[in-house]
Amino acid sequence: MEELWLSIQNSFSEWWLIIQRKFVLNFIADDRWHYLTDGLKVTLALTFGAVILGIMLGFFIAIVRTTHDSTGKLKILDKICKFYLSIIRGTPVVIQLMIIYFVMLAPLKFSMLQAGIIAFGVNSGAYVAEVIRSGIMSIDKGQMEAGRSLGFNYLQTMIYIIAPQAFKNVLPALANEFIVLLKETSVAGYIGMMDLTKGGDIIRGRTYEAFMPLIAVALIYWVMVMILERLVARLERRLRQSEH
Amino acid sequence: MNTNEHISGSVLIKVADLHKSFGELEVLKGIDTEIHQGEVLVVIGPSGSGKSTFLRCLNLLEQPTKGSIYFEGEDLTDPKLNINVHRQKMGMVFQHFNLFPHMTIMRNLTLAPCKLLKQSQQQAEAKALELLGRVGLADRAAAYPSQLSGGQKQRIAIVRALCMNPQVMLFDEPTSALDPEMVGEVLGVMKSLAQEGMTMVVVTHEMGFAREVGSRVIFMDNGKILEENQPKEFFANPQNSRLCDFLSKVL
Repeated sequence: MEELWLSIQNSFSEWWLIIQRKFVLNFIADDRWHYLTDGLKVTLALTFGAVILGIMLGFFIAIVRTTHDSTGKLKILDKICKFYLSIIRGTPVVIQLMIIYFVMLAPLKFSMLQAGIIAFGVNSGAYVAEVIRSGIMSIDKGQMEAGRSLGFNYLQTMIYIIAPQAFKNVLPALANEFIVLLKETSVAGYIGMMDLTKGGDIIRGRTYEAFMPLIAVALIYWVMVMILERLVARLERRLRQSEH
Repeated sequence: MNTNEHISGSVLIKVADLHKSFGELEVLKGIDTEIHQGEVLVVIGPSGSGKSTFLRCLNLLEQPTKGSIYFEGEDLTDPKLNINVHRQKMGMVFQHFNLFPHMTIMRNLTLAPCKLLKQSQQQAEAKALELLGRVGLADRAAAYPSQLSGGQKQRIAIVRALCMNPQVMLFDEPTSALDPEMVGEVLGVMKSLAQEGMTMVVVTHEMGFAREVGSRVIFMDNGKILEENQPKEFFANPQNSRLCDFLSKVL
């Protein structure tokens, strides 16, 4: 009995030693952890820029499309928006990223980060547009009428009255979109960007170890998503103040 | 007694040959009337008669299919005219209040005066507080609409329209969505507004209000004005058979 116990202890401490050694090899030696922290910075910058661009594009497209649906105006803009939505939702984001960088922006001397932000922002904008459009359509039409009856024009009513309520209603769906976006940026390596995923991959190439770097990268994504979820939950609570 | 008075008041709104169709369905089939300064015009009629559509055409929430609406002498149906400027002078109160749920009462009241009339926040708040006091809700300025009862919401909605200093107030069945015990407080506010000389167009099912406060009553059915008279005559001596039938059901 005691022998068995000893051998378990032995194998455990042996396993622990291996873990330690692998950790040192993958992250400490040659300061390899820099690949992860630098990659994380790139991933965050990319995501942040794309979120901002995506929201702006999404809002714009959603307003164009709902304006068209409810008033019949902006026919040509609406057609353009529909075409854009169709293309973006109909092709993989990696292909869009490579086309935007290699075909369109690299010859114009854009940096990889700039091209990445534009590509992911333009991609995200299409999904954000549909989310926001559903939010706008969920607002009672009496709200639009009340705004118009006070003398606000269509756009003012949208901005002051409809959009804030729509935003609150779609916040969970928007948060979901941004979580997806954060993780989607992991294909940025295709145009040579050194993002978090690529950082983990480089370590794997150096150390011929798959477990440690990949698990570390996965953990970091997970933690970032959890932080994002917390922030959104807090924002949601703040916005729900008007409902008692 | 003030019927003579209203006739002498100048014409504020003139409706000429107003038609409105929704697709195949013709809801208004030629409405002609004039609304004078200081007049309280009450519009009654069975549901589906077109009375709400008529009211909503007055500030172009519904675009008329044919005909004209003159407000202060200008044709609102003229596509070149900026309707938003004129809507500022036409307050509207809805059946379902349509307060802005994401804003406090104070913000509901001051948003339009600040953004459209370019009043300062202080100026707009002072005016809002004064009006809130008059409807007995000065203590609810910081509340959100969801914290108020239906009657309170509707009084706030009236104040919201008044904050723009309108020339005329349009009421679209303002008490129809209220619990019975809250109807009185809203009608009370409307009555005192009428006594102060506000020009009002009221679509309602409240016959008591029509009789007591109205200076003229219109009966609409099937997209047309079938009878029009001073309230006393209107209720005591209805001429049209459809009106007799309608009154016998609601009174």
